[in-house]
Amino acid sequence: MRLIVIIGVLLSGIILIASCQSDEELEFSRYYTSGSVIYQTRCMYCHGAKGEGLQLLIPPLTDSTYLKTYKQKLACIVKYGTKEKIKIAGKTFEGKMYPIALPSVQIAEVLTYVNNSFGNKLGVVTTEQVVNSLARCDNQQPY
Amino acid sequence: MMKHIVGIVALAVLFSSCKSPDKKTLPIYGNRQAVTKTVNGQTVTDTVYQTIPAFKFVNQYGDSITNKNLEGDIYVADFFFTTCPSICPVMHRNMLDVYNTFKNTPGFKIISHTIDPKHDSVPVLKSYADKLGIAGNTWWFLQGKKEDTYKLSESYLVRKPQEDAQQVFIHDGSFLLIDKQHRVRGAYDGTDPKQVSRLIEDIKTLQTEYIK
Repeated sequence: MRLIVIIGVLLSGIILIASCQSDEELEFSRYYTSGSVIYQTRCMYCHGAKGEGLQLLIPPLTDSTYLKTYKQKLACIVKYGTKEKIKIAGKTFEGKMYPIALPSVQIAEVLTYVNNSFGNKLGVVTTEQVVNSLARCDNQQPY
Repeated sequence: MMKHIVGIVALAVLFSSCKSPDKKTLPIYGNRQAVTKTVNGQTVTDTVYQTIPAFKFVNQYGDSITNKNLEGDIYVADFFFTTCPSICPVMHRNMLDVYNTFKNTPGFKIISHTIDPKHDSVPVLKSYADKLGIAGNTWWFLQGKKEDTYKLSESYLVRKPQEDAQQVFIHDGSFLLIDKQHRVRGAYDGTDPKQVSRLIEDIKTLQTEYIK
């Protein structure tokens, strides 16, 4: 009986805390959780379980400065791929990234996941931001 | 057919029951034949195992490589192509662990056969190896006639590489462990880090077979 009471108190505590989460926090966890599933199925084979990349073949996703600097470009790279020479974490990568066919909402989710995993802490990327970025891509043709 | 299966199972049971628990031996895969011959007037029966047939390819340095270059080597083989967007990066991320464990071990090699020789020319393979951080002669990336590579893949017991409608290659990501007599001793899922750790352990086990 005492145990049930303790569990009950704990549970209501958790619910209370959860309901205290602000709308932004809720939005963030929704994006982040969905993004982690998309990352595992669409990104992980190449970029690695810890975003470590593969030597000089595939860039890591651990360079927060790069992610911050090219914030506007990230959605374009996911949607259309890239074959540009890029410098990440002090190393030059010349390979090709293939376009990943994802709707804007899923691009936002996976970018939120990447931007807040592997040591990055850059906050939420919303669907609205992704739609805006995609309207201004240099290249709008998949490679 | 049924008779054969029963026979193989019976043999397997017999062999496993002979095995002492502390000394692990790897199985020998493929077809086998009993060959009876007369030596010094006595009839002896030998088992002849299936081996990897002769081949001739070119490596990332442009050197011609045949099965003779692997004589006396334990090696791991796989099939890939450099522009593979799906499972090849994870395969070679895992193969790097094998490479780093054994790169200074004489008598050990890794051979990766490209199944897209049209794109994966010698310079493309060299550049791929460089970017992967591979130097020296422990890990060769081999290129040759597509039919030859496809035909060879059958002898490794792997699913023959197939092309789908979009001409994208599909292959199963297997790593094959081959012994010094060029018999298949193990098959592992190269996309699974756990199976690749088991491969590393099995290579060590196989090496002890040759310590006299």
